[in-house]
Amino acid sequence: MMDWVWAGLVVASLMFGALNGRLPEVSAAALEGVRKALDTCLGLCAGLCLWSGILKLLETGGASALLGRLLRPLLTRLYPEARRDREALSALAENMSANLLGLGNAATPAGIRAAQALKKGETATDSLCRLVVLNSASIQLIPATVCTLRAAAGAQAPFDILPAVWLASLCAALAGLGAEKLLRRAFR
Amino acid sequence: MKGLLPGVLTLAALSVLLRRRPLYGPLTEGFREGLLTLWRIFPPVAATLTAACMFRASGAMDALEALLRPPLRLLGIPPETAPLLLLRPLSGSGALALGAELMERLGPDSPAGRTAAVMLGSTETTFYTVSVYFAAAGVRRTRHAIPAALVSDLVGFLCAGIFVRLFFG
Repeated sequence: MMDWVWAGLVVASLMFGALNGRLPEVSAAALEGVRKALDTCLGLCAGLCLWSGILKLLETGGASALLGRLLRPLLTRLYPEARRDREALSALAENMSANLLGLGNAATPAGIRAAQALKKGETATDSLCRLVVLNSASIQLIPATVCTLRAAAGAQAPFDILPAVWLASLCAALAGLGAEKLLRRAFR
Repeated sequence: MKGLLPGVLTLAALSVLLRRRPLYGPLTEGFREGLLTLWRIFPPVAATLTAACMFRASGAMDALEALLRPPLRLLGIPPETAPLLLLRPLSGSGALALGAELMERLGPDSPAGRTAAVMLGSTETTFYTVSVYFAAAGVRRTRHAIPAALVSDLVGFLCAGIFVRLFFG
């Protein structure tokens, strides 16, 4: 998919550049793009390292496991068949708590274990769709990367977007769950 | 929110010590992971920004933004975030790159800069997530997972516009 998007962007740049007589600017912009990428990554470096360290400590200190225990009642409601399946439930709990804490490296393996426990054959079950929808709606308590990006760009208070992020994520996740329920019948 | 960083750091350190687990090792391991993440995202960020900067310099970005301006205005979303909206479900590091470039250009505390940040924080790389999970579970018929996940993205984008206007308008 990204192959076509990237090629499309470059071809469109060439065409528009030629039409608008801005080909010299387009050539300069190619190199400028890589320079901006370096700047972006350098700007992210300090914050990303610090947050990865903090998150690792939270994981070691058991914050992730505690959160997982607190989430169990919610999870048995969302995934009724996991109520009797201890392994699926613990994978689901680990997945959701890692997502909430922003531990991307831990969330995906746990989510995959949960998906393997929930699956039945080659057709996605409602629960599996629900798991995928919830994982593609980012629900994070502290979106560290974005806040680091804001800090690097010189924001006055990098974390002041948190309430807006929480509410927007919550609405997005609820909308995803609602859509999953409504669309079930249409996709048998 | 000013004490967030030291607060979380203290909490994390105390929770580790109370459980009598090693602290320094995991902390440095985390730093290493941060650096590795950066190493991993640089190539796609660079690739995205190369194409995006050429696209902007050629004038094509203006055309795209002009095209999407009326519908986005109607939805209350800053039109400058149009490229971000389109790339977000496809590429996580690509969207991050566009968000960084937008904040750099228009300012992180501008309405568009804030909306872009909230969008990045409240949505995920939908197509990537869907393909990873279903591939791992060996599922071929994905049924309504993709449409439902895209509805969730759309609502996330809309809410980003709404809540930024509400809190910072």
